[in-house]
Amino acid sequence: MNQILRIYEDKLIKNGLAEPGAPLLGCLDADLEWNRTDMDFVVFEAIFKRLHINSIIFSRPAEPYRSIIDYLAETSNGIITPQDCETRTFLHDLPVSFQFLPDEITSILKKRKSIIIPGRGIITYGMVGMEQAYVTYASVCFACFIKFFSDLLWDAKRGNIDERKRNLFDGVVKRLDSPGAFHGSLMKGPFNSADSVCEAIQEAGRLTVEHRLVDSYFGNISFCHGQTLYISQTGSSLDELGGCIDPCPLDGSSCVPITASSELPAHLKIVQTTGYRAILHGHPKFSVILSMDCDIENCKCRGACHLKCPHDRSVRGIPIVSGEVGSGPHSLCNTVPEAIRNESGVIVYGHGVFTAGKTDFNQPFKNLIKIENNCREEYFDRIG
Amino acid sequence: MYGWCGKIARINLSDQTGWVDAADPDILKTFIGGRGLSGYYLREKITLDWNHPDMPLLFFAGPLVNTRSPTSGRMTIMSRSPLTATVGDSSVGGSFAHQLKKAGFDGIIITGKSETLCGIEIQDQTIRIVDAAHFTGRKIGEVHSLLKGRGSTAIIGPAGENGVLFSSIIVDRHFAAGRTGIGRVAGSKNLKYLTVKGTGRTKVFDPEGLRSAREDVFRLAAASPVLLGEYGISRFGTGALYDLMDARRMMPTDNFRKTRFGNASRMNAYAFKKKYSPKKAGCRGCHILCKKITEGRTSMPEFETMSHFSALLDNRDIDAVVEANRICNEMGMDTISAAATLACFSEISKKKLSPQKIVSLLRDIGKSKGIGAELGKGAMIYAQGCGRSDLAMAVKGQELPAYDPRGAYGMALAYATSSRGGCHLRAYPISHEILRKPVATDRFSFKGKARMIKIGEDLNAAADSLTACKFIFFAASLEEYARIYTAVTGMKTSGQDLFETGERINYNERMMNAANGFSGKDDDLPGRFFKSSGEKDGSIQIDPIDRAAFLTARSNYYRARKLDKNGMPVPKVARQLGLEPLTIPTGDL
Repeated sequence: MNQILRIYEDKLIKNGLAEPGAPLLGCLDADLEWNRTDMDFVVFEAIFKRLHINSIIFSRPAEPYRSIIDYLAETSNGIITPQDCETRTFLHDLPVSFQFLPDEITSILKKRKSIIIPGRGIITYGMVGMEQAYVTYASVCFACFIKFFSDLLWDAKRGNIDERKRNLFDGVVKRLDSPGAFHGSLMKGPFNSADSVCEAIQEAGRLTVEHRLVDSYFGNISFCHGQTLYISQTGSSLDELGGCIDPCPLDGSSCVPITASSELPAHLKIVQTTGYRAILHGHPKFSVILSMDCDIENCKCRGACHLKCPHDRSVRGIPIVSGEVGSGPHSLCNTVPEAIRNESGVIVYGHGVFTAGKTDFNQPFKNLIKIENNCREEYFDRIG
Repeated sequence: MYGWCGKIARINLSDQTGWVDAADPDILKTFIGGRGLSGYYLREKITLDWNHPDMPLLFFAGPLVNTRSPTSGRMTIMSRSPLTATVGDSSVGGSFAHQLKKAGFDGIIITGKSETLCGIEIQDQTIRIVDAAHFTGRKIGEVHSLLKGRGSTAIIGPAGENGVLFSSIIVDRHFAAGRTGIGRVAGSKNLKYLTVKGTGRTKVFDPEGLRSAREDVFRLAAASPVLLGEYGISRFGTGALYDLMDARRMMPTDNFRKTRFGNASRMNAYAFKKKYSPKKAGCRGCHILCKKITEGRTSMPEFETMSHFSALLDNRDIDAVVEANRICNEMGMDTISAAATLACFSEISKKKLSPQKIVSLLRDIGKSKGIGAELGKGAMIYAQGCGRSDLAMAVKGQELPAYDPRGAYGMALAYATSSRGGCHLRAYPISHEILRKPVATDRFSFKGKARMIKIGEDLNAAADSLTACKFIFFAASLEEYARIYTAVTGMKTSGQDLFETGERINYNERMMNAANGFSGKDDDLPGRFFKSSGEKDGSIQIDPIDRAAFLTARSNYYRARKLDKNGMPVPKVARQLGLEPLTIPTGDL
């Protein structure tokens, strides 16, 4: 079998996105290759013929995603519209089909990167490889998780939870991973070479993924050594950072970091204005969910919370700020650096958490776990 | 009609007439605009010699131009290439396309040949053909200044008049339609310049839908390190790629004999920015503003120009790079072909070119003087004349840009299959092989690349037809641009529908080339890339490309593109794509 297919099948399973035996992966160059035989081949071969794509993933998600996604799909009017940053920026919305037919699937995939078929699974595609299909699949799972728990909190506060929803919620909660815990130690700074910096970055990145504090190819990490910021590349997976760390000279004398993370502006500004040198950015789910839980009524900025929030918001003492990915006028690089200056971390609305440390990744990593665990506790407190 | 104007300006320079034709709405929908529409109007004449009076020179904007669609102010100029004999086209920015739409035209079709040097001046629906004999031999900046007040300009320099086969057409003084020698086609028609100025508006079907889709594109662009990041092209210009190419050990150096340039860190975009303090500029309607121009109105070299006039020629004089760029733009010559031809000359003559020699040779080429007359035919013809065609680093006769194919195998395949010869922009796999967008792919593998290149070619054909800037597709996709297209034109479409149009456009170009005798044997790279290594550095080793793997990938590409095993178009497939077989041209279009 094509090695690429095996790699991404394993990745889906390892990251809790699919159960063994569930994913069907196909990739097309001159010939179409699959990771296994399947009754549904005929449907997907028809889709490959009609779309300008080179890879497909079709899988029932693993729990708790499966229950969540099926529920959201069944109760949707054909489109699920999560409000998290990844969906808003990259996926726009998540179409649903109640039919497993090539025509129906094709017509939806012509317009969007994914389709959810309740009871059957998620279909995603790539045009430049399986990684693209994988990233979209993981993003759909993440977005639906956020939406489910966000909606439920909203409904709970308003007494709108019926028995079905409550039972589903209880079932989903039982299947959640245990809260993160870490009692060890990461490489200790100060680091005396670029190699040791990269080693420390890779270790912290790997642990961040292992503790499910970031999914897929999201998140980023950096360390400033001397006059160079070492930062993970855009679209890199934090648990596979070997060869994917860009050196970024603070004086701007080289454009090699043109491939650095989209959040480079925020990392640079934090380093330049706060004295922190180690920065970690993950997408822990309950932090993201609580960042979107706002009870302020009649707020003039409602609906634009990701762009500009006029209120000082926080959860258990951790500030929540607005801001979008990258370097636009509403970029989080305008909000996060100031907010993190005297804090153990900052949550960006609908997006993720930044933590920072002065000498190594011990404090940022532990803070990331702590913030997420606090948010998780707070979530269940608010649900009651 | 929404988006399109529905009108085409037709000009016959032989009898000095100009008139307005209605555009067939079905053809507009089928080929969109820009490159697609140009290809449609070129196809019936493609077997004529490039300098035949009936060979059309086409200027086409797209339906998104002159609306609030992001990065959509470009147009295509197309004809048959004097340099390659293939389809010859170049996408160009500036404000010409914008003014053309304001004047009420989707495109201009120029045929015939003027007896004396002339210009075409369009103001709204009025088309004038005017004498331009007084501009004979004058440089582009001068002519542009003298045409002030007449709107946007498209001008050829002395090179186009003097027979240089890689002559360009320069729009608004700074924006080059550089590749494939279309400036020479204008020169053969005795056409020195066009101006266009208009006052009309392009109707938009759904302004609110356009606003919403536009916001999505802006959000994606803001999230793109390459476009708007700290080290992206908005801040540093396309020269931002320079350091990366060197770091990846794929910077063509010494006529592609090496893949690393020792002086790169002193001649990068940062060095240019520090020395010349250029300001941001760009095409009409673009928020990225990748063009860099000094207060003295000197254009900073684009990445390809920076790289080829430094590394490819082993030139360590930054001022000479700027001067070489200035001369090419003033004389009207493609910088990539010019630099690569000089590099070929340097290797064949076994003489390293000093900065002064580079500059003087460029002037000689533009004037067709001395050895310059020979070099003005391009690297391949020059090298063939010396019996060393192996030293011309070109595909189908067009010189290669500044990405060494040994460092990115998708790029290697894309160079070979490009319908206009050595070109990085047809499939633009640098996006995923180097810039990691939309995701990273293994640059040292051909695995899966055949279909990726085919898809990339289709994407960029659609982009060139909309006519949107390719750079935006480092961030956005046709999914977002389909919404923009629908909002502007009212035509329901999807990203995948636009891919299908891109496929039709590419197949049409393949058919045109086939009609001129091109086949799979022409889809190849210079032998050097299969025999010689590049630099080894740490974990990066630049090996020769495995010939067998390349040929397998090329065969796979033919299957993905639905060509026969020799790379020839298949009539049945053509018909499925809505393309009739080509007929031998007769008479006017």
